[in-house]
Parts: sequence; C-alpha cells; structure tokens
Amino acid sequence: MADNILVASNVTKRFGGLVAVNSVDFVIPRNSIVSIIGPNGAGKTTFFNCITGFYQIDEGEIDFDGEPLNGLEPFQITKRGIARTFQNIRLFSNMTAIENIMVGSESHLKSTWMGAIVGTPGTRREEQETESDARDLLDFVSLRGKGDTLARNLPYGDQRRLEIARALASKPKLLLLDEPTAGMNPRETAQTTQFIRRLRDELGISILLIEHDMRVVMGISEYITVLDYGQKIAEGLPKEIQANPRVIEAYLGRGAASGLETEAEAAAAD
Amino acid sequence: MVGAALQYLPKLYRNAILAGLAWVFGVGLLAELIIQILRNLFGNNAARIAFTQGALKPLWAGIVFVAAFVLYVLITPRRKAVSARYAALDTKQQNVAQVVGSAVLILTLFILPSLVGTYLSEVLSNVGLYVLMALGLNIAVGLAGLLDLGYVTNFAVGAYVMGVLTSTGPLGRGEMNFWMVLPVSVLAAMFTGFVLALPVLRMRGDYLAIATLGFGEIIRLLALSDWLAPYIGGAQGILFIPKPSFGPIIFDTPQKLYYIILAACFLVLFISIRLNNSRTGRKWMAMREDEDAAGAMGIDTTVAKLLAFTLSAASGGLAGGIFAAKLGTIFPHSFSLLISINVLAIIIVGGMGSIPGIVVGAFALIGLPELLREFSEYRMLLYGILLIVMMLTRPEGLWPSAVRRRELHAETEAVGAD
Repeated sequence: MADNILVASNVTKRFGGLVAVNSVDFVIPRNSIVSIIGPNGAGKTTFFNCITGFYQIDEGEIDFDGEPLNGLEPFQITKRGIARTFQNIRLFSNMTAIENIMVGSESHLKSTWMGAIVGTPGTRREEQETESDARDLLDFVSLRGKGDTLARNLPYGDQRRLEIARALASKPKLLLLDEPTAGMNPRETAQTTQFIRRLRDELGISILLIEHDMRVVMGISEYITVLDYGQKIAEGLPKEIQANPRVIEAYLGRGAASGLETEAEAAAAD
Repeated sequence: MVGAALQYLPKLYRNAILAGLAWVFGVGLLAELIIQILRNLFGNNAARIAFTQGALKPLWAGIVFVAAFVLYVLITPRRKAVSARYAALDTKQQNVAQVVGSAVLILTLFILPSLVGTYLSEVLSNVGLYVLMALGLNIAVGLAGLLDLGYVTNFAVGAYVMGVLTSTGPLGRGEMNFWMVLPVSVLAAMFTGFVLALPVLRMRGDYLAIATLGFGEIIRLLALSDWLAPYIGGAQGILFIPKPSFGPIIFDTPQKLYYIILAACFLVLFISIRLNNSRTGRKWMAMREDEDAAGAMGIDTTVAKLLAFTLSAASGGLAGGIFAAKLGTIFPHSFSLLISINVLAIIIVGGMGSIPGIVVGAFALIGLPELLREFSEYRMLLYGILLIVMMLTRPEGLWPSAVRRRELHAETEAVGAD
C-alpha cells in the first residue's frame, strides 16, 4: 500500500434523519495536496469536522499515521499532528497576532500554572522560545511587524494568513484548510495558492483543501475528491475531474455540461 | 449667562474653573474623611479651622477653588511635556520610575490606617476583602469568560471552615490557630470550586450563569438549614471566633486587621498578574474568545475550565477566612446573592479582565457608598445613578485593560476615520 498519512474508510455521519456524509472512502498520500470539492451543502465541512474530532462519526474508521482517530477529542487530534483553519475565520479576535500564534503552539508546551506563579527558569525559557518561534512564523506568513496588532484589526487577507500561521504553530503533519481563498480578490488568491504550495514544499506538510474556487483547486491539487449530498461521486486527477460528466451535472445541473468547459478553458488560460 | 460667558473663555480656563468646582464639591463630599485625616495629622484645631460641623466653611471653599484653579492652569500645559519626557527615558530608567512610583504607593497604603482612623480603616478592610474576591472571580469571568454568579459560595466555605476550626464557642472543633486554618480555608474553597465546576463543564454563557446562581443559593440555604445546624449553627451562626494573633501581636482593631488584608491582597495580586501573563492565562483567554477554536489548537478546555474555577475559588476562600476572623461571628445571611453581584459589578465597573481596574472598581463600589453617607437615605439612589452614568459614559470600565479599551472604542475610531 502506498504511503498514506490519512486513510478514511466508510465514514458516515448522520444528523437525525439527514445523512451528511455517506460511507465515504478517502485517502491523503503523504506530502501531497488533496482537495475536496462539491456544491454547497455537499458535506465537505462536515467531513472536515469528522476528521478533526468536532463530530464523532457514526460509522467507519479514520486512521492517521497508522493510528485510529475514532473517539478522540479535537485537542487530542491536534496533538497527534492535524491542524486546521476555519471556513469563517475564527481567530481569537481580542488577542494580538503573536498571542494567537502562541496559543497555536499549545499542544507541545509543558509549563504549568504553578511554574508560572513561581516563575521557574523552565517556564520563562519556554515562554521565550514560544514567543520567538511565533515571531518566526509571523515572518513566514509575511506578517512581520504586525505581531502586536489585535487579530480583529488586521485586514481580511492578513487574518487568513494569521489563521494558517496559528495552525502551523502546532507543527502539524497534516493541515486542513477550509476555503482558504474565500472572499479574496484574484491577486490575493494567487498569492495564497503560491503560499499553500510553499507549505508543502518547504515544510513537508500534507494538505487537505476545501475550496470553491476552481482555478485554485485545479491549479494546485494533485488529487481531487468530489462530494455531493454526502456521497463521493468522483475522485481522480484534476484533468479527470474536469471531464467527469457526473461532476459537471452536480455543479451545473443536467444538460449544462458545456458551461463548465468554458470555465475549464478559463482555468487553463490562467 | 454664566454658561455663555464660559463658552467665550479659553478652553484651558474653562476646564480650570470646572476642575476648581469639582474639587470643592469633592472636598465637601468627603468632608468626614478629610476631617479625620486633618485631625490625625495636625490635631483637632486644624480640622476646626476649615470645617464647621462636618461642612466646609465658605472662605475655605474659596481657597480650595482658587488652589485647584491655579494648579490646573499651571499643570495642564506641562502634563504633555512630562509624559513626553517619560516616554523618552530608556526602559531601565522607566523601570526605576515605576519602582519609585510603586514604593510611594505601597508606603501610602502602609501608613493609611493611622491617618484615617478606625472607621475608615474598617471601610478600607472591606474594600480589601472585595478586592480579594474580585481578583479571584476575575480569573473565571475576566480571563476564562465563565460567567459565575455564585462566587459567594467560595467566600462562605472559607468563612465557615475558619469559623468551625477556630471558634472557642460550643460549635468550635479544634480551636486551631488562624494562620493554620487560613490555608485550609483556601483549600476547602478550591475543592468546592472544583466539585461544583464538574456538573457545569458543558454549559456556556447564560446557562452557566443560572446554574452557578443556583449554587450560590444552595450554599446559603445549607448554612441556614436545621440539618447542618448541629455543626455550623444554622441561623444562630458561629460565635466566638478569635481574632488572629501573631506572637504577642493581636490583630484586634480594624487598623491592625487592615495589614493582614493588605498582605493577602498583594499576594493574590502577584499571583493574578503572573497567571495573566502566562501560558495558562493565554489558554483561558483563547477559551473566552472561541471555545471551539481553542479546542482545535490543542487546548483541553475541560481541564482549563476546571483549573479556572478551582483557582478562582481560592481567593474567595482566603477572603472568607479573613472575614470570619475579622468579624468574630458569622451568620448565613452574610452570604447573600448580593455579594456575588457586587463582586461581579466590581469587575465590570473596573474594566473586564483588568487587574488595576479591579482595585479601582472595589474602591468605587464598596468605598463610595460609605463615603456617601452624607446623603443618608438617598445614598443608594445616588449610588445607582452613578453606576448607570458610569456604564453609559465609560462602558469599558474605570481602568480597562488595553485590549478591552481598544475593543470598545474600535467602532468610534472607525467612524471618526471615515
């Protein structure tokens, strides 16, 4: 079997009578960029939440790095090396940028509240290291000099990048990005796309992406899975997905296949 | 006419006149306090020169007005220069300036009881007890965002532990020493805080507030109940709690007890500041901002919440233990819902999450009603009006934390920038 960092098999999540995710099989090869796409309400974010422990799955199994994640709390999953961002940015808005990143490194800090009261050398050292690591990450996402700004006062694009920096602070092996380019203009989108590729190439992190912008998806994904009504309707290389009639149908409705061709052409021309 | 004339004066002088009037009003309001201080400093005659029957003489009112006016005119233009010079100092010199400032403050706090006399020392001690409780509750409400309306529980547990273990009366068990029992009071309150946190771990916001409100009432009713009366006295309370003593010193007067409370305040203040600036404080703040996102960052929110409730309770237990020894008797009705509300109000009026704000807030909310005694039956009315005016004009509190100030003024700034 190929070297997969995440293997999900037969994952099902129900909300009452609604089956939000219906027996989905899914793998993320190590060091790859993989995308999940699908129309609104297709269950993409639900699937994300199943992986990160926000929801407990009803059936199936998710293995990360060879170990099952079933039944773990979100904070435990983060400790194992999965970090995420949120579709609608969820920074700690009344904390500064640097504090946000420092919270991100929680999962490998060891100091205790008693150490903090006494002011032990170990605690001080750890605080200093955490802060200098956080400053490095701030530089990495090109937010140098904005460390003491409150997260809420940062421009939108900066907030998106800060959220990624916060996720990176946990030193993840797998990063889940939920619509990282939502609400961005074409230039910001292009920068973000570049940036995501850099994450994989420079830091060796595997990336799972939910994205609506087809140019982004087709541009950087190595592998794409399409969900519709909680079901996996297609998977494959970007080219295969673009040509897949079921995908076109799901997105544009029956008989509108020609619409996507123009879009695909636009993507190719980009 | 006067208003129109004021409009034409330069802004500096207009403000100076207002400052003068404010000072006259303030001196008149705090007449009793000032008489006390004058009496203690210069003897009875000094007080009699400026005041008749607890009110300011017109001549002296004029003098206060002129003095305030002149000082204002002289100081205001220089204020900016002074703060600029302070900013120009390097960090080391700024630190020195801060140390000198704190030393002066601490010295003042230290000699205060001998200046202000018995009654006001008592008021100061009460303010101190509320500072202790508010610092404790601030951990839960201000830092971790857990709205706890039952904080009196911890205060009551601390007080009853002190009562039962030190009392020389029929209910006393052990007749132990104040200093040995004080840590027990703290630990008992922490234990209670921990146990009561367990059932409410999954609750948020309003629901948590209601549940904790319930705990506060339960503890008061338990203290009143016949069931526990053989142990803690029911409505009769616990009597004959001895005053603390240390070697030959017995802390039997408000002036002496003040020092125990002052020491406790400094201890809790120190711990609060350390926690506030630590990883633990950061975890709590993240949880306050967004509990789900905090979980996704690897924070075990269950543990963080338990810790917040437990540590928050400690300071309440400390205040309770001192309270019991200070009064010498404790009754269930001392532990009403009003205490929880007052402590919460201190935090809000002082400025949510701000540690200096809590101290200022406690003085304003606990000290002020005492000083407003002049107005006798209108006292609470005036107090209520002051609270409302305060919330309307300074919603961020008297001394807000930097973050909170930015938060509440961000909108006005944005509007202003347009």
